[in-house]
Amino acid sequence: MELFQYPYMQRALIGALVIGLAAPALGIYLVQRRLALIGDGVGHVALTGVGAGLLLNRSPVLVAVIVATLGAITIELVRARGRTSGDLALALLFYGGIAGGVMLVGLSDATSANLNAYLFGSLTTISPQDLITIGVLGVTILVTMLALRPALFAVCHDEEYARVSGLPVQTLNLLLAVATAITVTIAMRAVGVLLISALMVVPVATAQQVTRGFRSTMTAAMALGLFAAGAGVWVAATADTAPGASVVLLAIASFLVVAVAGAAWRVLRRRAVPAAEPHPEPHEVVLR
Amino acid sequence: MTSPVITVTHGVVGYDGRPVLRDVSLTVTAGEVVAVLGANGSGKSTLIRAALGLVPLAAGSVELFGTPLRRFRQWRRIGYVPQRLGAGGGVPATVREVVASGRLARRGVLRPPGRADREAVDAALRAVGLADRAGDPVATLSGGQQQRTLIARALAGRPELLVLDEPTAGVDAASQEAFAGALHAFVADGGTVLLVAHELGPLRPLISRAVVVHQGDIAHDGAVPEPAGHHAEPDHDHVHPHGPDEPAGLWSS
Repeated sequence: MELFQYPYMQRALIGALVIGLAAPALGIYLVQRRLALIGDGVGHVALTGVGAGLLLNRSPVLVAVIVATLGAITIELVRARGRTSGDLALALLFYGGIAGGVMLVGLSDATSANLNAYLFGSLTTISPQDLITIGVLGVTILVTMLALRPALFAVCHDEEYARVSGLPVQTLNLLLAVATAITVTIAMRAVGVLLISALMVVPVATAQQVTRGFRSTMTAAMALGLFAAGAGVWVAATADTAPGASVVLLAIASFLVVAVAGAAWRVLRRRAVPAAEPHPEPHEVVLR
Repeated sequence: MTSPVITVTHGVVGYDGRPVLRDVSLTVTAGEVVAVLGANGSGKSTLIRAALGLVPLAAGSVELFGTPLRRFRQWRRIGYVPQRLGAGGGVPATVREVVASGRLARRGVLRPPGRADREAVDAALRAVGLADRAGDPVATLSGGQQQRTLIARALAGRPELLVLDEPTAGVDAASQEAFAGALHAFVADGGTVLLVAHELGPLRPLISRAVVVHQGDIAHDGAVPEPAGHHAEPDHDHVHPHGPDEPAGLWSS
């Protein structure tokens, strides 16, 4: 525990905890609209921003925020057009993003250790300015996702109904895209662009195995994200591993524990209450 | 009460160059209960989707409550009931959470739900007979109960006009009766209804006018046609294969 006496470790922990809360709060909407991998795609695009920032000697995080936001808006516009070819457009964007990033990092005088820090996170690289950026943007995303929950839920649950309700569907969709880009880039230091998507999705997947409603899933996913981020940073610091990997492995371990425990509980309950007669609905049609 | 609620004038809709509706005109006035009938693929669902702006018109115009669709903003006056609940992404949602979405048109995006919202949701759940299932995940409900959830969502906004897309397709008899009861109460309060169906079942006594769509044209507009042939037999089980009547996109969920 004495590791956390160092200011850089405290910054890493606080940064990770903010992201651990914000990532699942956003991720639940992405999972609900079956865009669970979108964060991964935006992460690939953000890498080009990192490369450009390193090459131009500007703040890589800031350039990555801009590039990832543009990428996320492009992805959303392709999605909204609903063409099957959107699939290929997304693939081009993802691979172009990561190839551009690796290329630009190679052209700059950054080392591969630098690149690794952006890909998988690095505890020692979070500066006080970084922490302010993570804190302000992370809390903004968290508050937005919670405050707009009814509207975002409606849009992600049934987009056509949301349109007939007069909701600003396109604005809300773009808001989600921009929030995804920002979450990915602020999580870059702590978890890394290639693994942040897991922190958006895995806690939601874990929570929804045992929850019954959207609100309870969101709350449980945020608690799980907070736990995985905090414990992951601690493991990374003690075992000297990449924080991104530790956080994500802990999140997946929670998923497995909940899956097994949930299955066991259902079996036990079925044995305890064997008399529960099923009440089938009347047949809706007669098949002849 | 003869103010027009929905006016479609010379509406034309095509998917990928294939015409689905050709030169269709339809007016629904306040207090009417209009059924749009027709075979699968006749364009009847497309007609109401075009009237709500969910499908773009290639030609013609739509007015809602006397306002051109493009400038129409009073969506709280309309309650829309889609054919079925979108599958969502597997994130559970309770019946109450889905029904509460129906309050957004009235409340707006930024205002948090208040007491009036909760009361309207409770009333809508009671109206469709699902008050005891409010806390259950919608995915655990039967098809008919899910359909009633969608009707409750539309009713929760206290609309003046209900637009329903095949509300009784594949719905068990108990749900059909619950639905007919809810619709009856809505109409008794002066509501206007436009619904798509290919059989009317227990709704039949409620319908004031029928519009039959055949191959993208309106073939009949007037009294409810009598069932013909074997459709008229009392023990006729009305079973149709449901073909997709519009192209499904990979990203459309």
